[in-house]
Amino acid sequence: MKAVAESGKRRWERETLEPALNKSPERAPTFTTISGRPIDRLYTPEDIESIDYTRDINNPGEFPYTRGIHPTGYRGKPWTMRQFAGFGTPEDTNDRYKRLLGAGGTGLSVAFDLPTLMGRDPDHELSLGEVGKCGVNVASLADMETLFEGISLGGITTSMTINSPAAMIFAMYLVVAEKQGADWKTLSGTIQNDILKEFIAQKEYIFPPAPSMRIITDIFAFCSKEVPRWNTISVSGYHIREAGATALQELAFTLRDGIEYVRWGVDAGLDVDDFVPRISFFFNAHSDFFEEIAKYRAARKIWAEAMRHRFGAKSEASWKLRFHSQTAGVSLTAQQPYNNVVRTALQALSAVLGGTNSLHTNSLDEALGLPTAEAATLALRTQQIIAHESGVGSVVDPLGGSYVVERLTKDMEEGALAYFEQIDKMGGMVEAIERGFPQREIAESSYRFQQAVERKEKIIVGVNDFVQNDEPPIEVLYIDDSASDKQLAKLERLKRERDHTAIQRALDRLRAAARSTENVMLPILDAVRAYATIGEMCDALRDVWGEYEEVPII
Amino acid sequence: MRKLRVVIAKPGLDGHDRGAKVIARALRDAGMEVIYTGLRQTPEQIASAALQEDADVVGLSILSGAHNHIVPRLMELLKEKGLDDVLVLIGGIIPDVDIPTLKSIGVKGVFLPGTPMQEIVAFINSHVRDRVGGSKGPALRT
Repeated sequence: MKAVAESGKRRWERETLEPALNKSPERAPTFTTISGRPIDRLYTPEDIESIDYTRDINNPGEFPYTRGIHPTGYRGKPWTMRQFAGFGTPEDTNDRYKRLLGAGGTGLSVAFDLPTLMGRDPDHELSLGEVGKCGVNVASLADMETLFEGISLGGITTSMTINSPAAMIFAMYLVVAEKQGADWKTLSGTIQNDILKEFIAQKEYIFPPAPSMRIITDIFAFCSKEVPRWNTISVSGYHIREAGATALQELAFTLRDGIEYVRWGVDAGLDVDDFVPRISFFFNAHSDFFEEIAKYRAARKIWAEAMRHRFGAKSEASWKLRFHSQTAGVSLTAQQPYNNVVRTALQALSAVLGGTNSLHTNSLDEALGLPTAEAATLALRTQQIIAHESGVGSVVDPLGGSYVVERLTKDMEEGALAYFEQIDKMGGMVEAIERGFPQREIAESSYRFQQAVERKEKIIVGVNDFVQNDEPPIEVLYIDDSASDKQLAKLERLKRERDHTAIQRALDRLRAAARSTENVMLPILDAVRAYATIGEMCDALRDVWGEYEEVPII
Repeated sequence: MRKLRVVIAKPGLDGHDRGAKVIARALRDAGMEVIYTGLRQTPEQIASAALQEDADVVGLSILSGAHNHIVPRLMELLKEKGLDDVLVLIGGIIPDVDIPTLKSIGVKGVFLPGTPMQEIVAFINSHVRDRVGGSKGPALRT
């Protein structure tokens, strides 16, 4: 019957739309999302006919969790407001953390500087001018002790954005906790530890893919026994999106990265339900409102089905995708910086409507430098206003059932599964990365978007339209070189005072473990206890595994 | 008239290469010969690339705040190699207070976030014309 009868939408198009268009045409021949995906003018019940409520959407807290993993949404507790911070010396950042905790915060999120992220000591040639600039510098256990001086690690949760040297930084954290008398079994927090997105997008890699993946499965195995409440990885789409990916590419590459980690864990002999519940995700909250909400909803469904059907996970905890989100740094403009407050608020709202479990909101001045204290406070207030004034957290998944949101959610899922098929055919994500596949897809999208901006097909307020030439400057946080001088002096003293034989022994043992199949966490913990530096430990592994060098794709 | 030769480099430890790649493509589409050095280049490597590639322009992408250390060293090395007529440009996050110092040591253009690609193309065309021996010279196709 349906196939032959004219649909309600067709009839509307003929009888109501056409005459209206004849009188006043639309302002563009096609409308697209910020990702360049065409979007229809109207969605009706016909657009979601193929979607089955119980099978595809279902109620919150029930498989496949499209509407959320908690039956009560944010009515139990709002999302975690976790603001990322770190700069200068460990002393500088320790002060900032104490102030944050004193103001009622219960979680910390550590931003490290580039030398730390790249496994280089402050005195390395490539660290020139970079120490303490983009985050806090941590070169050894001594710095980690200072960073958390006076802060009880048993009583807080800590997220650490660290990837290639994640094992070393995590080991430093564990040793500080041990010295404070905290039980590893009760420690809670997250290490980002997501190397695949580094190869794909952010490029803070050190070792080649295979040994990099081996460190990660070693961490999975170590934590499932020793630190069972720790989130061992935060599989990140954030950086993939910042590098220029579309919403669909962010979703597809991130979830396929997640699947790759699970596959390597299973291949290393781990039981799915022992380590998958500690895998979490990290998405970008970008500007296209409905597209973003659809992305988060689709992510939960795809992950639940992949864990259950692809890997045979039996525990519900393995099926539930938990994610952090951060508003899109790349959307912030140096021009008319106060506009960034509005952008960030809308992006944060989309993350909340998509069911984010925790959120970082960017500060208005981040296209100019690291945030000032005032700008960082305003960013946090933005979340508090959404949580306590807007009322959106009173209803679980309030946009569920919206024709457009459900249609976009389904399309996101189908698009991601098509990418999975392509990547599976290449042999997996590591192989796809080695071929430059995701890198090339992202470079294309990034260039296409820039061209659309130059042609004014996409408007950025204050940049390519509504430009103002007489803008007063705003206050910007300026980070000088004093942190670098202090860190260099401390490192020199540390190297003088340590037990050199113990260091050499620990580094030799680490090299031996890297050559064998021994879990590298144990020799890393010993090297950390002897105050080996991050550069020394990474160099020991560089000796065995070599360094990764990418073929640049433009 | 030969094509303009541009070396795009990313010095320092930072790996955020979106801007470097986009500008490399835009300059290539504008008819220039673009050599992208890839990530984590020392000033020595960049100066050598400029010499080897007979560059008319060196474009640096820096977002990490390390410009005050990297750029003076690069300018010295370019001078040593007799490349002081190479047009040096920087794109990225550069605090306003640092711009006069960078310009005083010979950086000709500093482009902040949101700069249209065509503005950079036009800037290069208007500044390196003499070097490539054309009086109107734009390598721009349109």
